[in-house]
Amino acid sequence: MVNLTVRLAGVALQNPVIPASGTFGFGGEFLDFYDPDILGAISLKGTTREPRFGNPTPRIAECSEGLINSVGLQNPGIDQVTGNEIPYLRTFYHQPIIANISGFSVDEYTDCCSKVDSLADIIEVNVSCPNVHNGGMSFGTDPKCAAEVTEAVKKVTTKPVFIKLTPNVTDIVSVARACEDAGADGLTLINTLLGMRIDIKRRQPVIANKMGGFSGPAIFPVAVRMVYQVANACKIPVMGCGGVSTAEDVIEMMMAGATAVQVGAANLVEPMACKNIIEELPEVMGKLGINDINDIIGVCKEM
Amino acid sequence: MVKQDKYIIKENVRVARGIYRMTLCGDTSAITAPGQFVNIRLDGLYLRRPISICDWDEESVTLLYKVVGHGTEKMSLLPVETELDLLTGLGNGFTTEGQPAHPLVVGGGIGLAPLYGLAKRVGECTVIVGSATKDELFYLDKFRGLGVEVVVTTDDGSEGIKGFVTDGLAPLLRDSSSSFTYFYTCGPMPMMRALCNACEGMDGQLSLEERMGCGFGACMGCTINTVNGPMRVCKDGPVFRKEVIKW
Repeated sequence: MVNLTVRLAGVALQNPVIPASGTFGFGGEFLDFYDPDILGAISLKGTTREPRFGNPTPRIAECSEGLINSVGLQNPGIDQVTGNEIPYLRTFYHQPIIANISGFSVDEYTDCCSKVDSLADIIEVNVSCPNVHNGGMSFGTDPKCAAEVTEAVKKVTTKPVFIKLTPNVTDIVSVARACEDAGADGLTLINTLLGMRIDIKRRQPVIANKMGGFSGPAIFPVAVRMVYQVANACKIPVMGCGGVSTAEDVIEMMMAGATAVQVGAANLVEPMACKNIIEELPEVMGKLGINDINDIIGVCKEM
Repeated sequence: MVKQDKYIIKENVRVARGIYRMTLCGDTSAITAPGQFVNIRLDGLYLRRPISICDWDEESVTLLYKVVGHGTEKMSLLPVETELDLLTGLGNGFTTEGQPAHPLVVGGGIGLAPLYGLAKRVGECTVIVGSATKDELFYLDKFRGLGVEVVVTTDDGSEGIKGFVTDGLAPLLRDSSSSFTYFYTCGPMPMMRALCNACEGMDGQLSLEERMGCGFGACMGCTINTVNGPMRVCKDGPVFRKEVIKW
């Protein structure tokens, strides 16, 4: 028997496999496929203070080994999530819940985090949104802004706070360090890469919003590189995310330094993806001579 | 209930210009209503391809699809006996129970596909088929085989009435012996919009199309705004009641 349990900022997970925010709804859509209680945790759909319709359609563009989405944070708002979605999820799901919070101002982040605090086991803060008080520049692209959000959120919650970082920066390590210094309990990376496709028949962007977030297996090497850089630069735990589709990918991401691993786009094309990965992990570990998955976290250290 | 399973292609033939029929053998127990769709995994393409169900029975499902891009082109080249991974039972489909008798059934282009399974289950109805041109017409004999009235319109007048489906509808509405009170439709949005205007006072159901990510309600990629708020075309639709559509 191999050991798959990990501890993520003090939260015990039965395995390190977590569906990523935005690819798993609030859990209910996957009940037709498998029992979500087998998961390590679930990261819920990104939630804002007010309900959001999101962007116009088309919101999806296919790419080689991936897709671009511009859903635009469609969500029912924090009150619906705490009042209906999480209570419903709790009727069939008993593992840790990661609430994913977005905001367009520091106030919005703290409002949402304080409202969800008692219902979530971990709070994941998406800092990829534009900051309306700072010329629309994303919080996550500026170490100072990311630190400001981290510090504010830490004051209103008792739960571990993970900051979800955008890869659309020159130096992800400086943003990661700023969050760690501001008191973050952990980091999730990477969010989607900004991308675009053009319909060559119409000579126009495929997506109504022109650009969107690129995810899927194509971005896996970028994610591994960034997880490796950040895990080597910070002491706080990392949730690795970006293009993970197989048990081997989970192991690679953990060797790069991730304590847990999020599976995103794969859920959309293979609804059984997380279940398949969890079931395959022991066999893949066996082949690699790994008895305890904790033994491989960050084994690929910088020399 | 959505089901994922493997299906074997038993037939994959051209039925009109650019339009193919694929029959797949496998577990069809998740399919409960005409207007539902399947989502097909294809080698070398990242996203599945959502295709509406034309008809089904206990052991097979029939799809009619138009070649419009990489995915449908790839589908058209698949030989029989190929095994495909499908999600079935997706979407709500048309609600036919308790609806008025002898409805209008209006299909434009490949939008006619799910209406065959619908007409078969509705029974008595009047079908209006709209097509760009004669060469792209399909399944007319199949519909006539159901014993239903079929009116054909083509944009270029190469068969039937020259014009749009509304040009085929006008004489029917003028005929005092007919008294349609309900319609089902699937086709391009401008066609369905014109139809809804022409059928003012009638209730009806429309099947919508939208670019999808997952097809089962997880990604919010295909959300439209309706009178009842945001709705996912894949999960809350693809069939919507006329009164909830925001044009």
